[in-house]
Amino acid sequence: MRIAVQEQPFDLGAESDVFAAAATGMGAVVTFTGVVRDVDGGLEAMEIEHYPGMTESAIRKIAEDARDRWSLGDVLVIHRYGRLAPGERIMMVATAAPHRKDAFEAAEFLMDYLKSRAPFWKKEITRAGEGWVAARCEDEDALKRW
Amino acid sequence: MDVLYFAWVRERIGLPKERVETGAATVSELVEELSAREERYAAAFADISALRVALDQELSDFDAPLAGVREVAFFPPMTGG
Repeated sequence: MRIAVQEQPFDLGAESDVFAAAATGMGAVVTFTGVVRDVDGGLEAMEIEHYPGMTESAIRKIAEDARDRWSLGDVLVIHRYGRLAPGERIMMVATAAPHRKDAFEAAEFLMDYLKSRAPFWKKEITRAGEGWVAARCEDEDALKRW
Repeated sequence: MDVLYFAWVRERIGLPKERVETGAATVSELVEELSAREERYAAAFADISALRVALDQELSDFDAPLAGVREVAFFPPMTGG
């Protein structure tokens, strides 16, 4: 299990390759990547703040919960902070499991919990000004299905 | 104890971290104490239903006791992923 909270970009291809190569005996590897999205066409940057110390331990706990619930060979979470431009990759999750159902479900579980339980806060900087991204009720509701 | 603020809570109060000497027994009492200090604190804590709290880097709630706690953090609901 690897958890990385970092400012610098990550190499999606290299990370996926290393993760998949290490997952010996696993029949399924699922990767998810989150990307900075420019919804209204005016986004200049996304600033991501986090809580150093708590961020790593919160993600580790979420990953351990996933490992307890599904049959997983390995878990990888990389999440960036700092100033990101539209199109940049914010984060990635990878899961390896003997079967695809576990790998897919665990990846979704990780994403749902990372959204609402890992201490990150996003601020959008647009041409018109800047504002904190509000948490959505749907994101909180998404936790109930687990 | 150390009190930390993140995102708009940090911006509203105007600092990321401060040392607070308090006799508050619970998080709610600490919030009352801070709110009484200055308008910027009162503004940040006006609606605690819009806030989350962590005690020693674990999510907690506003009724939680502060005995033995070294670090309290206030922040809005998280928006990771």
